[in-house]
Amino acid sequence: MLKQCEGSHAVAEAVALCRPEVICAYPISPQTHIVEGLGEMVKSGELKDCEFINVESEFAAMSVAIGSSAAGARTYTATASQGLLFMVEAVYNASGLGLPIVMTVANRAIGAPINIWNDHSDSLSQRDCGWIQLFAETNQEALDLHIQAFKLAEELSLPVMVCMDGFILTHAYERADIPTQAQVDDFLPPYEPRQVLDPAEPVSIGAMVGPEAFMEVRYLAHAKQMQALERIPQLADEFKKVFGRDTGGLTHTYKADDAETIVIAMGSVLGTIKDTVDDMREAGHKIGVLGITSFRPFPLVAVAAALKNCKRFLVLEKSLAVGSGGIVATDVRMAVTGMGLKGYTVVAGLGGRAITKKSLATLFEKAGRDELELVTFLDLDWKVVNRQLEREKQTRRSGPAAEAMLRDLGTVASKIA
Amino acid sequence: MDKPFAITLNPGSSLANHTGSWRTSRPVYLDRLPPCNNQCPAGEDIQGWLFHAESGNYEKAWRHLTKDNPFPATMGRVCYHSCEDVCNRAKLDAPVGINSVERFLGDEAIKQGWKLAPPEADTGKHVLIVGAGPSGMSAAYHLRRLGHRVTVHDAGPFMGGMMRFGIPKYRLPREVLDAEMQRVVDLGVEVKLNSKVDNILASMKAGKFDAAFLAVGAHIGKRAMIPAGDAAKIVDAISVLRSMEGQDKPMLGRRVIVYGGGNTAIDVARTAKRMGAEPIIVYRRTREKAPAHDFEIEEALQEGIMVKWLSTIKQAGESSITIEKMALDDKGFPQPTGEFETMDADSVVLALGQDVDLALLNDVPGLEVNDGVVKVDPNMMTGHPGIFAGGDMVPAERNVTVAIGHGKKAARNIDAWLKASSYQAPPKHELAHFERLNTWYYADAPKTVRPMLDIIRRQSTFDEVQGGLDETNALFEARRCLSCGNCFECDNCYGVCPDNAVIKLGPGKRFEFNYDYCKGCGMCVTECPCGAIKMEAEEI
Amino acid sequence: MSLQPISFYQTGTFTVGNRLLAPEDRSVQANMQRTNSLNSGHRACQGCGEALGARYAIDAAMIASKNQLIAANATGCLEVFSTPYPETSWQIPWIHSLFGNAAAVATGIAAAIKIKKQKGQGGDTRVVAQGGDGGTTDIGFGCLSGMFERNDDVLYICYDNGGYMNTGVQRSSATPSSARTATTMPLGPEPGNPFGQGKFVPAIAMAHEIPYVATATVADLRDLEYKVTRAMGMRGARYIHILVPCPLGWGTASHDTIRIARLAKETGIFPVFEAEHGEVKSALAIRRPLPVEDYLRPQKRFAHLFGKNPAVETIARIQAQADKNIRRYGLLETETR
Repeated sequence: MLKQCEGSHAVAEAVALCRPEVICAYPISPQTHIVEGLGEMVKSGELKDCEFINVESEFAAMSVAIGSSAAGARTYTATASQGLLFMVEAVYNASGLGLPIVMTVANRAIGAPINIWNDHSDSLSQRDCGWIQLFAETNQEALDLHIQAFKLAEELSLPVMVCMDGFILTHAYERADIPTQAQVDDFLPPYEPRQVLDPAEPVSIGAMVGPEAFMEVRYLAHAKQMQALERIPQLADEFKKVFGRDTGGLTHTYKADDAETIVIAMGSVLGTIKDTVDDMREAGHKIGVLGITSFRPFPLVAVAAALKNCKRFLVLEKSLAVGSGGIVATDVRMAVTGMGLKGYTVVAGLGGRAITKKSLATLFEKAGRDELELVTFLDLDWKVVNRQLEREKQTRRSGPAAEAMLRDLGTVASKIA
Repeated sequence: MDKPFAITLNPGSSLANHTGSWRTSRPVYLDRLPPCNNQCPAGEDIQGWLFHAESGNYEKAWRHLTKDNPFPATMGRVCYHSCEDVCNRAKLDAPVGINSVERFLGDEAIKQGWKLAPPEADTGKHVLIVGAGPSGMSAAYHLRRLGHRVTVHDAGPFMGGMMRFGIPKYRLPREVLDAEMQRVVDLGVEVKLNSKVDNILASMKAGKFDAAFLAVGAHIGKRAMIPAGDAAKIVDAISVLRSMEGQDKPMLGRRVIVYGGGNTAIDVARTAKRMGAEPIIVYRRTREKAPAHDFEIEEALQEGIMVKWLSTIKQAGESSITIEKMALDDKGFPQPTGEFETMDADSVVLALGQDVDLALLNDVPGLEVNDGVVKVDPNMMTGHPGIFAGGDMVPAERNVTVAIGHGKKAARNIDAWLKASSYQAPPKHELAHFERLNTWYYADAPKTVRPMLDIIRRQSTFDEVQGGLDETNALFEARRCLSCGNCFECDNCYGVCPDNAVIKLGPGKRFEFNYDYCKGCGMCVTECPCGAIKMEAEEI
Repeated sequence: MSLQPISFYQTGTFTVGNRLLAPEDRSVQANMQRTNSLNSGHRACQGCGEALGARYAIDAAMIASKNQLIAANATGCLEVFSTPYPETSWQIPWIHSLFGNAAAVATGIAAAIKIKKQKGQGGDTRVVAQGGDGGTTDIGFGCLSGMFERNDDVLYICYDNGGYMNTGVQRSSATPSSARTATTMPLGPEPGNPFGQGKFVPAIAMAHEIPYVATATVADLRDLEYKVTRAMGMRGARYIHILVPCPLGWGTASHDTIRIARLAKETGIFPVFEAEHGEVKSALAIRRPLPVEDYLRPQKRFAHLFGKNPAVETIARIQAQADKNIRRYGLLETETR
């Protein structure tokens, strides 16, 4: 059923259709509308047989999820940014224990400085936590990925993060095709846990493992992710059969077959990139796009295959490996090892900085001429940066950098001057 | 379920980890000797029979008790229960009323008509016992149970010996005594009354006896040199008490002077009181120094009996005596003061101790007599092989309990001698000192007081002074037992082991250690209420 | 009544069992068929109070739940000594997640159980969470408070040994005043753990007005079992705080674990009571009152208070703490429960 709705609402509906049994929620923007929606559905009785728990922190949220999942309940939660970081210990624990929890991460920057707007720093900070991370390009894909995520998680007994850009997707009203309960039931069987806390068959879950077996346990976690590499495309196919939509999978290419330059990105920015590429194609540039849906497991083979005919690639990522460069780019470079490609890392859109077609066009053209630095910060205000660097050089007690720069910009000058 | 490797484990699988290897010392169960058992002259397993009494199985308790002592109803009345003096519970509140429970069991046995177990097989040996008193009848009982034929000869007209002729009815009702004596007879012991043995060797030869046990009581009252007029009526206490058993009660008059400070003095004074007299006890030392048990003195005083402490009789006349006041010297000995007093007296009863008539032992080769008693070896045998002796006849404290103990000991040794072997007593367990106990676990439960006959009736009748316990309070009293040194299956060791290394074997079967898992922490030892576990160094 | 009312049986009240008691009046631990929820072969130190307390509590909870019980366990000694790969000592469904989240994990389990039952897919399984004092009063306190506040259907059991024993005896917020730990050494002007307000979680639990809060020690088994049973008979958030001496951390003989716990109770250092909906309902009376010195002296962690120049004033301050407990909880009143 087609519906004009907020992205968060679409996701809430999708999660509800998956018949979750326990939902734990702690408010953090921009994820709040999803759990608000689910909470309402549980309260009203629309979503039956589901326990909605208002917890006291994200750490508790993930911990409650661990408990309910281990006790055999299909479990869902959502978070973002600081919230994800606050639950990190439990995030690692959930994957270590192999509990198929599904969590939406409404991607948002990490402070300080505190910032509620979108980038990918939060979930990418968790790239090694053992969770599967799927990135949605559109609200429709976000909706679809949640349905696939439950199936994937439960089949592999591994938790899955569905990452969607905060505000850009979560708060955007778009048309979404919301499936029927019958369709979802057809696709997603009831949760059959691999291990469960059950008095009829008691087990101890969460043993202490020493050097004699720890490596093996970690390898098995890796092996599971490798299994996911095979399973994710299959699930996308199965999903297409039931729902008729081509969403999910490991990667998507766009006008990439004959492209000399391929732009690689994740999430909603792919839309802007495609628009830019369309314009550039019309202008005769041989440029294409590779969207990565599955960041973890990282599809090395699929990425290499997508890039095999190009001359260069550009990874545009909404994250920064401080002191190194790109996070996604590092993985891409690993995928194309030995292929002799030129590769550029572009850090863009941090903390909600707008990524415009205009900036992208300039960037891509520059890339096409191989005039880019290895790492580029898109639309960075060098004037502000340099003034602050100068200030710090001169004055030991130069004060808080963020506030100083805001004053330079005049944004809040009247308030803090 | 298809469990994830290493992080999810099968329940209880730690059994594969034998933590017993950590141990440097190991707990072991043991039985320690409770102080009461250690003290009992009759060798009763007091803690053992209380254990059964605690569960209300009085017959089992009685059967356990009578393995050592066939006369609990009697003992429960006349034993001076030195066991209670050493009872560990005394350090907590008050000793367990062992004696009162024993009496309850004895009375219950009489009431229910419980019989002693008959011997399993006859040995064909025949033992002569001289004297049907506590020692003789105890020996008869034990020998009979060991399968020997037993014949008891007694000079008197009734069984019981000094239990009958030395202890007044108000302390030991005769029907109780008769019942317990008869039970021994019922085992097949032959008792010949009014049959004095004048010559032991002759009697043994005539009856073709294989061995003999001499258990003649001290029936002859000691006399003292008191200057006395012809008309003065001076009798000895034991004669007075003996004549109480016959048809002709003694004529003592109204004012009866009892001379002495022992239990017999008290007994005879209280007897006289009950016959309507006004007895006065004259004793040369103080109450503290008197050999009589203090509770008996107390009871006598309660009954209105006067005592002249620190006094000796200097002279006795027809209707009065003269006494001299004494004073204790530095060493506690009474010394004359030269102060005299005259008292009205219709009779003087001398209670100065008793002797044994040893005439039957004349000309027995090897047999040795010193200071009026027969010398015996540690096995109770006299210098003449096959002739054993016990009770008042041998050097020992003279009381019923000691006599009964002699009977048992002699019987075991006679049995061994008849089999041409020697009796080996099992090694004594180490003593269960109070320090070995963890008294926290015992609920506070003060001693039950036995009912006492009211004072008026005590002054005029021979009704029993001290009553017995009813079942409720006998049970309560039994359950006050701390079971010193002997497991009573409180489950503490089973419960307090942090390693579940104690195996509970089930009711009556106690516990075992599972040394596969016992780490040797010793908590079971510390928390055992009764001190029935100890730690031993592990041999490494 | 937690104690057997039968003072008639000389040991019926205090010992683990008593052959003379009716089976239904005996302790769970006296039962030959007790669960031994924490099985032999665990790697706890000799004389471990926590191992004992855990078996006492969980076995009782197993009986109360008719063996339909799941446990969530915080990181700590209990977890480490019970479940090192490849062996577990637990005989019940059990999960260890993290140090600070046992209460929340239990909440999750309870939620799952509720829904499964609602859907007709599961029975009336009950949930306990357990942890040491570090995992309860410090790092796990947020989750604990949240669980209390929501009144989740979880019984949380804290085994309090007054410190981080698993990591080598460091101070926790449950470490008593003046006690020596690896991070509060007996040095300087105020040797040992400084005097402060302390953090007595049972009182904080009571402030949440949850249905049931109780304290217990491993020295009063019957009382402990009564409280677990009573707690299991209720729904909602319940909290039991059990004092479990640690021979290693306290510097006591391995055989003295129960004795020391008993002294803690008898001196008033550790009040044993129960509360419902925020109000104290009863306290276990002190049976043989003793000065705190009797409790302190056998423990090496308090050794600096004694010796040549006893710290008389410090001991007096600790005595004052005990006296306050005695007053506050009426520990010397004979008419309790």
